[in-house]
Amino acid sequence: MPKPLRYVNAVAQALNDAMAADPAVMLMGEDVAAAGGPFKATRGLLDAHGPERVRDTPISEASLVGAAVGAALTGMKPVVEIMFMDFVTLAMDAVVNQAAKARFMFGGQCSVPMVLRTPHGGGLNAGPQHSQCLEAWFAHIPGLRVVCPATVADAYSLLRAAIEAPDPVVVVENKALYALQGDIDVNAPREVGKARLDRAGRDATIVTYGATLYAARAAADRLAAEGIEAEIVDLRWIQPWDEEAVFASVAKTHRVVIAHEAVQAFGVGAEIAARIASDAFDDLDAPVLRVGAPFMPIAFAKTLEAAYLPDADRIVAAVKSTLA
Amino acid sequence: MPSSAAQADPIPANSIPTDRRLALHRTMQTIRATETTLSRLFADGEIPGFIHLSVGQEAVAAGVVGALGPRDSFATTHRGHGHVLARGVKLDLFFKEIMGRAGGICGGRGGSMHVADLSLGVLGANGIVGAGLPLATGSALAHQTRRTGGVAVAFFGDGAMAEGALHECLNMAALWKLPMVFVCENNGWSEFSPTSTQFAATLDKLGAAFGVPHRRVDGNDVAAVAEAATEVVEAARGGGPRILECLTTRWHGHFEGDPQRYRNADEIAGLPQNDPLRRSAEALLAAGVEESALAALVDSVDAEIREALEAARADALPDVDAAFRDVYTPTATLTAGA
Repeated sequence: MPKPLRYVNAVAQALNDAMAADPAVMLMGEDVAAAGGPFKATRGLLDAHGPERVRDTPISEASLVGAAVGAALTGMKPVVEIMFMDFVTLAMDAVVNQAAKARFMFGGQCSVPMVLRTPHGGGLNAGPQHSQCLEAWFAHIPGLRVVCPATVADAYSLLRAAIEAPDPVVVVENKALYALQGDIDVNAPREVGKARLDRAGRDATIVTYGATLYAARAAADRLAAEGIEAEIVDLRWIQPWDEEAVFASVAKTHRVVIAHEAVQAFGVGAEIAARIASDAFDDLDAPVLRVGAPFMPIAFAKTLEAAYLPDADRIVAAVKSTLA
Repeated sequence: MPSSAAQADPIPANSIPTDRRLALHRTMQTIRATETTLSRLFADGEIPGFIHLSVGQEAVAAGVVGALGPRDSFATTHRGHGHVLARGVKLDLFFKEIMGRAGGICGGRGGSMHVADLSLGVLGANGIVGAGLPLATGSALAHQTRRTGGVAVAFFGDGAMAEGALHECLNMAALWKLPMVFVCENNGWSEFSPTSTQFAATLDKLGAAFGVPHRRVDGNDVAAVAEAATEVVEAARGGGPRILECLTTRWHGHFEGDPQRYRNADEIAGLPQNDPLRRSAEALLAAGVEESALAALVDSVDAEIREALEAARADALPDVDAAFRDVYTPTATLTAGA
């Protein structure tokens, strides 16, 4: 019987196992080596794999991510950590113009097998520059893949899949989940682009990912107490997202709420809602609704942050609205 | 003239044997004739988009790339034709790419600003000023970690001296003692502005701040560049990063079609006085090479270019379905691992 792990330890285990399995895998980032990372997601890996493969970088986000692209083009499989997702703004050229496009613009001569791990999300009162959910930016860029594991098991399996995938993958972890406990299965299938049916139901579908999964579960429990059976689809992958799984659920329940922590406007939910509207319109009995953050930067104060994050109340209200 | 602000270190450029000098001359002639042809094709509307020519800078490409071994890699710039031609990318594949044809080295997806040949360690030209610096830094890191024995070169122009990427990469390369050479093609111009109005420091002082040895050469003297490049590449191979600053001259505008109104007419008129090809030819004649041999070399290069150009004109236009297949790496299934 395996001992339950924290989410953050599942990340470390995935990195460790990937490095043991493939000598090309290396870690780069600010304080990832001796310090073990700001959230301790790389603790112990320096001792296990040495300073060449677990490399502390200067505070130079733009160039360290660009260096990962260059290393990937020269035979390595770098896994880069960006301490907070807000800081990827500094590395956008490397991710968007270099990593994402190299394969395409060089005519398929190469792939860029690199991973960029980064935590997003609120819940820690980290303020406007340490809490943003920017995954939609990357999902919008052809050539990138984006994954957001919500469970401890997925923190392991999806990171392994990301490292094994031939193209650049942005792995988004919600920092409020790092202390979550659960089990991993090191032999679970490591798939790209597959959603997970988190809870079966017949009355409405809640499509979600990341930490909002837990708000969706709480909402589903409350709805169940009122006799409403909500189905929860945990997307896991945002690019590519599992259209088949989402459309199958829509065909079953005919009502959809998409819930995520990122700002609602122009977000992941907007894309999914549009696709359902165009490709599954006949299956719908109500408009597709979205639950996301309001169109404002995330704030520091506890009351402001609490009002910002999508919660079970808003998901319950949205589901009921689709049933009205 | 902006590039005369700095003086080149004197180098006794006399230790290169004549056959090697001839090879360098041929490389420069290939670059010159290719780019002169491209200039004409662009004016005639046969090349879409933008092209940035390196006419006048051929000695840097020939001298530096000629000093590299087969394991070495480099990242280049938007003005990178010379570097990839010096590396030996096939001329027909090159022309096809610049002309947007299916058979181009990048399938017509990259064009002039993104020519790459990964099989030759060419990590690509880059449309973002300074963006090749981190790529080369990472490539050097891979050489070091994988113990390939290779060196990575980052070509950059003096306009990139103002980019934070240079400062960040010098720091990382120095900290990690990477096998890497920073090669600055200093032509005095940052796009449309004199670099003297753009960059408050000098490259030697920037290098000194990070403890990275710096050499400055006359970048229009191919033998001087070749000697210096051989030395810095070998020094970097086992001993950490080096900077090679090549003082050179950009004959054309920032891009083709740029009327260069920002430039003094005397400066432009004086450029051929410092023509790296003319200087190389004079050195070869002085070393006893027959004038007819140089003329034959020019004819043979021209014939190669004519052939490549005809092949490019005859080539098909790219297919959209084929392009779609390379957005992501095609895999039988997206299931990774077990």
